[in-house]
Amino acid sequence: MSAREQSSYGLLAQFDGAASLLQAAKALHEAGYKRFDCHSAFPIHGMDRAMGLQQSKLGWIVLLGGFSGAAGGMLLQWWTSAIDYPLVISGKPLFSFQAFVPITFELTILFAAFGAVFGMLALNRLPRLHQELFNSGRFKQASDDGFFISVQAGDPQFDEAGTKSLLRQLGAQHIEVIERG
Amino acid sequence: MEAPLIAGSPSFGSITEKVSSIVEAKFSLVWLLWFGFISSIALVFFGAIGYVFWEGIGVWGNNVPNGWGWPIVNFVFWVGIGHAGTLISAILFLFRQRWRTSINRSAEAMTIFAVICAGIFPGIHVGRIWVSYWMFPLPNQMDMWPNFRSPLMWDIFAVGSYFTVSLLFWYVGLIPDFGTLRDRAKSKIRQFIYGILAVGWNGGNRQWRHYEKAYLLLAGLATPLVLSVHTVVSFDFATSVIPGWHTTIFPPYFVAGAIFSGFAMVMTLLVIVRKLYSLEHIITMRHLENMNKIMLVTGMMVGYAYGCEFFIAWYSGNDYEMAAFKNRAFGHYAWGYWIMVSCNVLVPQLFWFKRLRTSVPVMFVASILINVGMWFERFVIIISSLSQDFLPGSWGFFKPTLWDILILVGSFGLFFTLFTLFARFLPLISMAEVKGVLPQADPHHQGEST
Repeated sequence: MSAREQSSYGLLAQFDGAASLLQAAKALHEAGYKRFDCHSAFPIHGMDRAMGLQQSKLGWIVLLGGFSGAAGGMLLQWWTSAIDYPLVISGKPLFSFQAFVPITFELTILFAAFGAVFGMLALNRLPRLHQELFNSGRFKQASDDGFFISVQAGDPQFDEAGTKSLLRQLGAQHIEVIERG
Repeated sequence: MEAPLIAGSPSFGSITEKVSSIVEAKFSLVWLLWFGFISSIALVFFGAIGYVFWEGIGVWGNNVPNGWGWPIVNFVFWVGIGHAGTLISAILFLFRQRWRTSINRSAEAMTIFAVICAGIFPGIHVGRIWVSYWMFPLPNQMDMWPNFRSPLMWDIFAVGSYFTVSLLFWYVGLIPDFGTLRDRAKSKIRQFIYGILAVGWNGGNRQWRHYEKAYLLLAGLATPLVLSVHTVVSFDFATSVIPGWHTTIFPPYFVAGAIFSGFAMVMTLLVIVRKLYSLEHIITMRHLENMNKIMLVTGMMVGYAYGCEFFIAWYSGNDYEMAAFKNRAFGHYAWGYWIMVSCNVLVPQLFWFKRLRTSVPVMFVASILINVGMWFERFVIIISSLSQDFLPGSWGFFKPTLWDILILVGSFGLFFTLFTLFARFLPLISMAEVKGVLPQADPHHQGEST
């Protein structure tokens, strides 16, 4: 491995459309690449399978959020109304779950939504102020109409010359090296 | 054959260019004049609220038996407006109605601004503003807790959760578009602000994978939430014993009315916005027509609820219930009732005719009339029921004061000010979603690539 390879973050290859990006992703996955990503301005249907990615685990985080909201909501109302400040109101029992359903429901939704948003950010390791990909001027097109594949130098299959020629074979129109830092 | 979702088969780049250029343009004189005008009405709102704080709520027309008065009419009106935004962004998403992509961003923004306006009213209605924190379950020096059996308490949680979840849903939708604006930014300041807001989005499929899941789950969570919000608002009325309020039809009736009025407000705003920013190829006649169809359906539901209420009042054999409804239609506030019926039941009937529901002037005027009607619906429910309950000795009629009127007008000022700022500084249309529904976004699309 040359010094240059170690200092670079990886390769960035540009493709001409959604279809060629999907093809290339499939080919990279089949060639055994693990640490690569496909960038586009919108999600591309079928890309998860082409890249060999598992289903997102976000659902479990949301479920956990929902449970904690439900439990927290019911506990809050039970403890305040029946234990800490017991006050008989229109002759009703201190604890009757029926009256506490609406707030429990709202808090279930609220905490599940927190799970969805903050869980999504955490799984994506966001927020981040900077990442190596932003060193490329060309990469700015990814949020407009560009289609890119980035392959990290840390990938066991990575070999700058070999990966470059594979990407070119797959139809990359432009390939550049992304610097570190 | 159905019309395409986006007219004129644009490229990905032209969508970016069109939507971003609105945000990146220089301030126009027209915009500044409009902003000066509308924000001064928002200032009237805050000025009038300041006066109410100074003098006390006695300056309003509220008095026993009309303790709720206009602030609660306005609260229910505004919170209802919000519902259409969530219906468009969440429920239509779950039903895979892809036409929603052109209008969901602005409808969600409208939701958030309407809920802000709504939330102010219960806050100022408590009268003693310095103890308004009693509405929240906060540990305090009195060692007391709020009464969780009260529907008013449920309301705090419903509207609070609704606002928070709507804001999060809207923000998540904005993240990829903030990325686009960050990448296009010419100045350091724009790059910094949009860069912070984009939280490091890189459009990678590893990000999209979790993002799409989050969006789907949020839509699934927002759907029962939005239905629960106006249900809980209707509980404020339905769990009481006042004639005209104590009915089981209230939750579905309120939700349908909320969606109805919200769609009318979205229509009013979009007709103006698409003209001003020439977005006719993205927000097409197909979108407008679909919204008019939803207004026709929800308008009929509301009309059915009006009829059903009368039937049940008669069928129940309860004298007080029947008297309340006779009063509504023929009593002191009959004019309000008939404004409500004509605007909410008769006006949407125009949309049976294709020529009328595809005419921009007709739908614009109809959408405004529908919102007038929906405001009067809440006026009729709240004012007419409270002013004449069981004992004729405790009857009393409500008359708004100048301060009531200034606060109502001012709330529109705040709403339109916020929407004006939104249209200027944030992408009005979800670029990522619109690109996703273009034919060339499908990797199996046959045809020329971009």
